[in-house]
Order: sequence, then structure tokens, then C-alpha cells
Amino acid sequence: MRTSRRLLILLPYLWLGLFFLVPFLIVIKIALSDSVTASPPYAPTFSLDEGLAGLRASLAALDFENFVWLAEDGIYLKAYLNSVKVAAIATLLTLLIGYPVAYAMAKAPQDWRKTLLLLVILPFWTSFLIRIYAWIGILKNEGFLNLTLMKLAIIEQPLAIMHTEIAVYVGIVYSYLPFMILPLYASLERTDGRLLEAAEDLGCGALAAFRQITLPLSLPGVVAGCFLVFIPAIGEFVIPDLLGGSGTLMIGKTLWLEFFSNRDWGVAAAVAIVLLTILIVPIVLFQRHQQKHQEELG
Amino acid sequence: MIRRFNIFNLTSLTFGLAFLYLPLLLVVIYSFNDSRLVTVWGGFSTKWYGIALNNDAYLEAAWITLRIAFVSATLATVLGTLSTVVMVRAGSFPGRTLFSGMIFAPLVMPEVVTGLSLLLLFVAIGLDRGFWTITIAHATFAMCYASVVVSSRLASFDRSLEYAALDLGCTPFSAFRQVTLPVIAPAVISAWLLSFTLSLDDLVIATFTSGPGSTTLPMKLYSSVRLGVSPEINALSTMLIGIVTAGVITASLVNRRQERRRQQDHRAAAAAA
Repeated sequence: MRTSRRLLILLPYLWLGLFFLVPFLIVIKIALSDSVTASPPYAPTFSLDEGLAGLRASLAALDFENFVWLAEDGIYLKAYLNSVKVAAIATLLTLLIGYPVAYAMAKAPQDWRKTLLLLVILPFWTSFLIRIYAWIGILKNEGFLNLTLMKLAIIEQPLAIMHTEIAVYVGIVYSYLPFMILPLYASLERTDGRLLEAAEDLGCGALAAFRQITLPLSLPGVVAGCFLVFIPAIGEFVIPDLLGGSGTLMIGKTLWLEFFSNRDWGVAAAVAIVLLTILIVPIVLFQRHQQKHQEELG
Repeated sequence: MIRRFNIFNLTSLTFGLAFLYLPLLLVVIYSFNDSRLVTVWGGFSTKWYGIALNNDAYLEAAWITLRIAFVSATLATVLGTLSTVVMVRAGSFPGRTLFSGMIFAPLVMPEVVTGLSLLLLFVAIGLDRGFWTITIAHATFAMCYASVVVSSRLASFDRSLEYAALDLGCTPFSAFRQVTLPVIAPAVISAWLLSFTLSLDDLVIATFTSGPGSTTLPMKLYSSVRLGVSPEINALSTMLIGIVTAGVITASLVNRRQERRRQQDHRAAAAAA
């Protein structure tokens, strides 16, 4: 009985250890290795047949050269800063679009709500790639948006949106909108209606009541939604690759190119490590926030 | 909340839903376009469906993708459920903090980093890349999502039921199988469906961990999409959207019916007492 329980713990533990923790350590090791023209394209490689001396020799060969390279070449720093900027602006836009929708859902008649929730979640289940693909057809120079605007005689020349940062914002807002709406809706729906009634009875206008009651009470949802959009948006690859142009530097795309085009595994691994370091702050803040919120509810 | 659903609310809902659905609707409509030009309507036709369905490369990729999704979702659900049981039930054990960190971290890890790190592992241990490496990679990140889904259900599970089963002479294993598992079954099924969808949808991790001869549908789609919009991709996308929509709506209807039945049971039990 005790052994079977131990086995139960061991199975997922070993799985995550082997396929999550060990790969992570390997990334660190390769980030400290040198790039060489060989297969695999990095040195030193650990080999067991040289024993402890070989291990010590290869450990001694590790250095921070790749990180120095990242710091010296301005393009990486630019890519990091730009990723944070794009993710932050996109998060703000998602909040501005998501809030009124979540608010309306929370105010909608009870028997609509389940259907509305389903309608918001449904696109999330549809392939990510197809959703981005749909926007290529809309945003490109001879796409639906430009055709419509030109037919309505609002513009004469097609707007160049595709392959710009604007297209990346559209892609992020569109893909992550459900992640924003769901926590917002959850906190707005819990708002006690009696508070608003009391405010109205005491002569508070609708706008003031919203600002002083609804908005502060929905803040946990706002914070959760923003983290849920911001964190994955920073490392995003598909959206900047398909919608953004060559001028849109984002770190996920840089890592991809470094690995698949330049075949520089060391630099790619170093880019990954720095990306994770940047993400640690928002992730820890997010987890704290969730824990605090759980305790308040419980 | 004051029940006044006004014109402002209706407008924001309409615009919100239009924003979510219009792009997909355009893909669906233009998949029936006779013309090769994707933004000019040239009459109704279903020919692109025939062309997409006769494209062996797509079909082969779809078959591989489905197999990977099926195996990895099953692995992820078993491992995810086990992890949840461990976290909720086992109390303290050595390395508990490390374990909870490892089950949380993949949820927030950028896909490019997960993909890269797994690929480096597979290279280091000399595993040939292909079907199984993608499956392992998908199972690993999906098990964390599966664990989140199951844990919310397990947390609200009334443990006295299990104690009763143990008092009546059940072994811990059969108590889990006969009492706990049926109660958390809806969450386990949801976890499987979520893992399955995550696997079907993944491009980045699959690209890193795949090898020759194991191109998944998202990878195939990605390389076609990079070349531009085509009516054939519209047709393929429409089929995928249709399958997912049908699946999600069926799942939610089944869920609603179960919920209603449970409420009826509760009422009947309350009336009998």
C-alpha cells in the first residue's frame, strides 16, 4: 500500500523531471557552451566515457560568451524592449475592448449568459493558426478592409496595415480577447447589485456609481486578465511572424530565427534564458495576486 | 448589479461578438468562392473542398496530427489526474514545492522555450525525432492544463464519501475507482478534450520536436499560409472550424443535461428526506 502510493507520486514526478526540469538544465548548459560547426552544433558535449576528468574539463569550457554577444549586439536588446512594449500596448487595447463586452455579459439576462459565455469561448477552441490566417485576408493591401474602405470612398489608396506593428496588435488583441473577457466577467458577475441600488438611492449618478463601485470591485478581474494576455504575448512567435513585417522585432521570433535560420543553438538558448528572466517578475506577481484573491474569496 | 441591460450594453456585445466572429465568417464564406482570387466573389462553388480533400499531403498530416493528439491527450489526462491527486491528497512529501513549481511552470512558459528545451533534450539523449517526440512534448505541457482542470473539481469533492468506502472495507485503489473517479469524471473528460485540442492546435512545439516524415497539420498549414491566402486553405479551415464548433456545442449540451439531471437528483433527495 505504501509502495503503491509512492509509485503514484513518482510517475508524474519523474515525467516532469525528465521532460521539464532536465531540458531546462540543458538549455542553461548550451547557453554557456560555444557554437561550433558540428552535429550537434555546440561544444563541449558531455560524454560519460571520459569519466569525472572529462566532466570537469567540459564544465571548465563553459562561459558567458553568448550572453556577452546578446548584450553587445543591440538588435537583441531592441527585440526584448519591443516585445515588452508590444505586449503592454496590446494588453491595454485588449482590456479596453474586453471590458465593455464583459460588462454587458454580466448585465445580460440570466438565461443568455451561458450562451454568451459559450460564444466567447468558442473561437478560443478554433485553431490559432486559422484565426491569424483570417486576419491576413482582411488586413493585406488588397484585403477586405481596404476593399471596403475604398468602395465607401473613405480612402483612395490602400492602407498599409499588413506587415506592420498595427497588424501585430490586431492579432494579439483578437487571439487573447477571451482570456481577458473571462476573468473580467467572473469578477463583474459577482458584484453585489444592492451596492449599486444603494448608490442610486443616495443620489449617485450612473457614471459615478460605475467609477466608485463597479470598477474597484472588478479590479481583481482586470489584473488577472491583463496578466493572462501580457505573459503569453511577450514570447509570441506566430503573430509577429505572420502579421508583422521584417521590421517587427519580437523576442519569440528572434529565438526562432536564431535556431532555425542561423542554426546558432548557443545564442538561441541564451535568448531563451533572458526571455524567462524577463518573465519571472510578471509571473511571480500574477501568482501572488491569484493567491491573495483566492484567500479573500475563501 | 442593476438589471438594466441598455442600448450601450447591447452595442458593445454586438461589436464584441462581431469582432470575434466576422474574420472566421469571411473565411467560411470565401471557401465557397468559385474564383481563385480570394477577395473577389466569383459565384458559389464547392470545388475547393474537393481539391483540399484530394491533397494527400494535408490528409497525411491530418492523420498524424489526430494520432498524436489522441495519444498525448490520453497520457496528459492520466498524468495530470495523478498529479492533482498527489497535490491534493499526499500531504507533504520531499520535493513538494519543486513538484508544484514544475506543474505550474509549463503553463506560463513561452512555447518557443518549451519547444527549444525539449528538442535539446531529445538531441542530447539521441532520441530520433518524430511521432513519439511530438507526443511526449504535447503530453508534458498538456498534463499541466489537465491538472488545473481536474483540481478544481477534486477540491470540491466531499472526502467523507471516500472515507465511508474505506470504512466499508474498500481498498484505497478501489475506493478511488468506484467513488472518487465517477464524481470527478466530467472534469477528467474536459481535461482530455482540452489536451486533445491543445495538441491539435500546436505549431511551435511540434515544429521544434518533429523530425522528417512527421509533419503535423498546423505545420503544413503554416508553410502554406506563409505563401499567402488561398481558397484551398479557406476550405480546409472551414472544415476544421465546423468540426470544432460541432464538438464544443455537443459537449456543452451534454454538460447542461448532466447539470440538470444532477439538480433533479438533489431535489428528489431533498424531497425524500
